[in-house]
Amino acid sequence: MIEPASAIVTLRDVGKTFERGTVALDGFNLEVRDGEFVSLLGPSGCGKSTALRVVAGLSEPSTGTVEWADGKHVRIGFVFQEPTLMPWADVAANVRLPLTIAHADEGKAHAAVAQALDRVGLSEFAGAYPRELSGGMKMRVSIARALVTEPRLLLMDEPFAALDEITRFKLNNDLLTLWRMLKRTVMFVTHSVFESVYLSQRIVVMTPRPGRVFTELTIDAPYPRDELFRTSVEYAVYCRMVSEALEKAMAGAAA
Amino acid sequence: MSERHWRIALPVLVLLLVMALWQTLVQIWVIPPYVLPSPALVLSTLVSDAPLLLQSLGVTLITTFLGFLLAAIGGVTLAVAFHQWRPVGYAFYPYAVALQVTPIVAVAPLLLIYLPQQLAVLACAWIVAFFPVLANTTLGLNSVDHNLIALFELYKASRAQILLNLKLPAALPQILAGLRIAGGLSLIGAVVAEIAAGSAGAGSGLAYRIAESGYRLNIPRMFAALLLLSLAGIAIFFLLSAITQRVLGRWHESATPRER
Repeated sequence: MIEPASAIVTLRDVGKTFERGTVALDGFNLEVRDGEFVSLLGPSGCGKSTALRVVAGLSEPSTGTVEWADGKHVRIGFVFQEPTLMPWADVAANVRLPLTIAHADEGKAHAAVAQALDRVGLSEFAGAYPRELSGGMKMRVSIARALVTEPRLLLMDEPFAALDEITRFKLNNDLLTLWRMLKRTVMFVTHSVFESVYLSQRIVVMTPRPGRVFTELTIDAPYPRDELFRTSVEYAVYCRMVSEALEKAMAGAAA
Repeated sequence: MSERHWRIALPVLVLLLVMALWQTLVQIWVIPPYVLPSPALVLSTLVSDAPLLLQSLGVTLITTFLGFLLAAIGGVTLAVAFHQWRPVGYAFYPYAVALQVTPIVAVAPLLLIYLPQQLAVLACAWIVAFFPVLANTTLGLNSVDHNLIALFELYKASRAQILLNLKLPAALPQILAGLRIAGGLSLIGAVVAEIAAGSAGAGSGLAYRIAESGYRLNIPRMFAALLLLSLAGIAIFFLLSAITQRVLGRWHESATPRER
């Protein structure tokens, strides 16, 4: 295994208690390293989405700190569980949104949108409206929008959870291809053991209520990973290992 | 015939049947026109009184249109102000509700005392029409997808950008629904005020013609004026529906046919 790069962001002792008293995170520690594909794995309501939102700056931690390498925020792309598109705007305008907000130069924005759409294979659909697209295509638009600012860190909150299996597998493969091509850091939240093993270099297993890191597992299988990997013995062994860790995490929380 | 043809043919058929029945009964029982005029007489009155009635219709429509315009601008502006500055909303929203629930028929005579007549009529049309715009716009502004707001915040959008690029477009279906209601209501407001003003002895709108014809027992003209008012209301409704359809076009569920 190649020794991982330096941390791009570090969460130290992060706690998050919501107004109604729900403790989403408590003493949460995580280091996200430059260029890696790391997954947060845990059941619904274990605070993994909250951890992602804290990294994105969408949620203020109640306690603890979020430390960025060199002391400054890196550019972030965020993909929600739902495509979260503006239904009144066509695909190109949706992808362009981050640049529109930043008052980006017209020519540069146009080129960036074209490139982002090309990367997710939707160049021909620039003029289509969201309601005319399938669920998988909408998610691709969402990913293109996250990529359009060339972010160093891509945060994904169960992006494929609502898709059918065939579409999900296809998007898994395309995401891995993009990650290897663009060399970005991906922080991926999922409740699927199989998805996390297929995609990640590292899996952070969380305990539910309050969300803490139970253990970290390294998936030391080579890339490119494809459908052959999905049916390999190696994959099955990793899935069992991660499943067992998840079970222990849940049992520990219930005790 | 397709379903679309039936949807036009059936109401027209009902209209013709009722007219025929009405005409027949008036003739068989020899009902005098000052009790119930026949449809034919109403139509001929409409033609013979056309100059007078159309001029009055123009007056009422101008009031209605101005009331509607002010309601649209006022309703949306107030909703945005209430939404952007919460204390303003807390301070004034209850009074907007109070204005709405107080029957306009009761308010109109008061307004006629304090305002010049044309302004009072306009104020009535506005009072009745602005609330649905305010309420619907408020609902729309508050119903924006939270994740889309989070996305805008992630990219450091200003409050003005969130309003203009996200919240107002997202609220458009609700705003248009409010405007559709306001169109009909501003006509009602104008009519109510005209009738109140008419009893005070002034005015030249269509509703005033109805009141005036009533005093003179000119029942055919009452019916003719009523018919024109009704047609005006229908025209306003269809016009606003067409605008809604056009604006929401390709993106909103309500404006696109369901595929089977």
